[in-house]
Amino acid sequence: MDIAQARKERIDRGIKVRSDGLYALMSLKELSYLTLPRFLLIAGMLSLPFLMPGMYWQRVISIVCIYSLLALSFDFLAHYVGLVCLGGAFFIGMGGYIAGILNTYFGLPPVLTIPLATIIGGALSTFLLLPCLPLKGVYFAIVTLMYPLFMARIIEAFDIFGGTDGIIGIDSFSNHWVEQYVVIGVVLGFVFGLRRLVNMDIGLIFTAIMDNDQAVKASGINITLYRALAVFIASSMGCLGGACITHIYMWSGISQFALDFSILPIAATVIGGAGTLVGPVLGCLILVPVSELLRDFGTLRIVFYAVILVAFILFKSEGIMEFVQRKYEQFERWTKI
Amino acid sequence: MIEDPILKVVGLTKKFGGVTALSDVSFEVGEGEILGIIGPNGSGKTTIVNNITGFIKPSSGMIFFKGKNITGQKPHKIADMGVTRTFQVMRPYYSLPAYKNLVIPLFSPRARRTGGWRGGGRLGDRHTVSIDILEEIGFERDSYIPFKTTSTLPTGYLKRLELARCLSLKPEIIICDEVFSGLSMSEIASMVPLIERLQMDGITIVMIEHRLRELFRVANRIMVMNFGEKLIEGSPDEVMADAGVKEAYFGSEEVEEVMTYA
Amino acid sequence: MQIIVYGTINSVSLALMALGFAMVYGISRVPNFAHGALYIVCGFVCWIFLNSLGLNYFLAIILSLLVNALIGALMYRFVLIRVRGMNISEIIGSYAIGLAILEGLRWGGFKGMTYTLPVFMEGSITLGGVPVDYHRLLMMIIGVVLVGLLWAFTHYTKLGLALQGMAQDERAALMLGIDSDLMATLAMAFGAMLAGVAAILILPLGNIVVESGYHVLIMSIAVCIVGGLGSWMGAIVAAFLIGFTQILTVVYIGSHFQMVVAILAIILTLIVKPSGLFGRQHELEERV
Repeated sequence: MDIAQARKERIDRGIKVRSDGLYALMSLKELSYLTLPRFLLIAGMLSLPFLMPGMYWQRVISIVCIYSLLALSFDFLAHYVGLVCLGGAFFIGMGGYIAGILNTYFGLPPVLTIPLATIIGGALSTFLLLPCLPLKGVYFAIVTLMYPLFMARIIEAFDIFGGTDGIIGIDSFSNHWVEQYVVIGVVLGFVFGLRRLVNMDIGLIFTAIMDNDQAVKASGINITLYRALAVFIASSMGCLGGACITHIYMWSGISQFALDFSILPIAATVIGGAGTLVGPVLGCLILVPVSELLRDFGTLRIVFYAVILVAFILFKSEGIMEFVQRKYEQFERWTKI
Repeated sequence: MIEDPILKVVGLTKKFGGVTALSDVSFEVGEGEILGIIGPNGSGKTTIVNNITGFIKPSSGMIFFKGKNITGQKPHKIADMGVTRTFQVMRPYYSLPAYKNLVIPLFSPRARRTGGWRGGGRLGDRHTVSIDILEEIGFERDSYIPFKTTSTLPTGYLKRLELARCLSLKPEIIICDEVFSGLSMSEIASMVPLIERLQMDGITIVMIEHRLRELFRVANRIMVMNFGEKLIEGSPDEVMADAGVKEAYFGSEEVEEVMTYA
Repeated sequence: MQIIVYGTINSVSLALMALGFAMVYGISRVPNFAHGALYIVCGFVCWIFLNSLGLNYFLAIILSLLVNALIGALMYRFVLIRVRGMNISEIIGSYAIGLAILEGLRWGGFKGMTYTLPVFMEGSITLGGVPVDYHRLLMMIIGVVLVGLLWAFTHYTKLGLALQGMAQDERAALMLGIDSDLMATLAMAFGAMLAGVAAILILPLGNIVVESGYHVLIMSIAVCIVGGLGSWMGAIVAAFLIGFTQILTVVYIGSHFQMVVAILAIILTLIVKPSGLFGRQHELEERV
């Protein structure tokens, strides 16, 4: 059919309309309509370690979860707070190094180092980013891109924390099941937690700061405080990921500040669907294994996901999640004009 | 001079690069009165508002609120004290429903401290409170209007929404930056009683206006600005009789109109 | 004396690197994160023309500059034009293109020490007790001439004025009949060409390695931010500031800290004066 003579009509499914307000949930069918996607996500994530063929791929799942944490934090900051943070590696590095230091220099077990690294790392990252918080748009993006590079050079130049060799001999998780269920649980917790957060009144404040910071100032709200709070939430997620990755590889080094940790989560967010919070996790579930499969091709895999990224930005900027959601909630049909 | 002015501006000067937007402006606002500020375009009216509310820092001069120096404070600090403002170019949160616009100011420390619109006690559900405020400001409660997306609302409602944002902070002063501009005659006619009622509630109002006819009806005192300087200040009648004002508005039929009206 | 000579050379090369980035951002407000990649591509294209096709060096340079301009224009025409105005997408998109080019080159085997361009002129002279080879001297002269030419181009030619008009106010320019998409494409092509010129002038001093693409990107962003995004004058002044600071750190503290200084400069500038030394954005925003 010719585009000029027809247009696509999208109509909400009746069941969607009825289940928009919770009071309308009359039947089991409507209930399951709402819970099915969420159940699928939870069940899918929890069963992943069993479905994987071997230790190697189970390790990949852990890495997927860590990237998911970063992607979630990027998505939250960029689309709900309006701060485009290109420095995911900064958070990973901070968390990783803090966990490493706590574990080797102070002899704390992973049970303690991970939460401590999350909180200390989050606070420290927020403190270091505090001067940049009034910045907007491109400026914030560029500064945050610089931070991980800066940290890496500092560690290199001062030769602290093992210098270029990094910190070695860090304890691992007690076994790989614990490792995977810890990271999967954390990711699921953050997905639903952040969803809840952005729908609360405080989430409204974050979005308002993004849309219209002058009006928020005029409402007597300290925007730097709320930005700092948002950055703290996001950076603790990154630091948590960093702490986990340190204990998984039993090593923390400069490569944790590498660009990889900044770029892949962003690609995953774009592919999965920006601003959906579940999308980034889906994006990571697709991208990370694919890049593992392409490991033999060396740097070509970076070319590969750069090309996918550009293609998605150009042709499917809504991302997978929005697409699937639309199909789930709406009929589509062509109508004559 | 006014006894115990609630807002006192002394020698306010602001330079943008080489341009002097305001030079040595001083005035006082008494508690509970309505001060109108008029002047041709570019005479520095909005700059006064921005300076008082902390959105820009004055080059020199001082601003006192209830005897306390608030010069150069952060905007949110000043709003927290109860000095609120509307924007000339309206700044609602366009993507939200109208009533959710008010959830944001109701979340502020001041709104929490003052304990909700109904006075005393804890702040109730912010959505309920915000619909109460919207009703007070002229949104029909039982209609769908408070629930419509803000971007679909007409200008009249957006101006009211600006006022509502100030009201939800339980303000001591509202500085209205051209609330009448862009409205139709009937919309203005319904807005005037609203302003009068706010004054009766004990709120001090500073109005910056181009609609002289309505302004002269509600204002207690008028200050005239021209080229960043204060020309004259006085009661509406005095201002209208002044030759300098005619000079500034030379050729403007508005003054003639107001004079015949008076 | 040594510090002055090397500082000046370093500053001029930084200014050369940054000019293209500053130009593209200044005119079309697109932060071109593929700048470093364009720089390297020009080096390799020139190398291919020179060694594989056996062309004359001068001809190879001209051709490679044209190829680079074409790549820049295509990049704008097919990718960036669709995401203009969306900051996140612009940055991610151009960075992804740059990444694809650089890593593609690396995969294609363009790495290691094997790729070099010949210098324009052998030999060296002594300037105030410091030996300086002719190529570096030539680089400085060409750099200065280039800046002069660009200045003349934007102030006295019709096209240059159109570009300037668009830089100041795109909508107003549209109303005056300036095709903003065409202008932005041209700006991108010029930017790519400038990256190429920088590459041709600087690369003969060392090897053509993919890593220097990232280095160039970071340095040009540093220079542009310190100088104020979109301001050429600022970029040149900032290039001298950073250039001399770098040389001073190398001499007095250690070469490890060269990069630290550059990054610290960016972070400090953004924190103290986000609009940079010569940026004008802040003042406009201030008026609410």
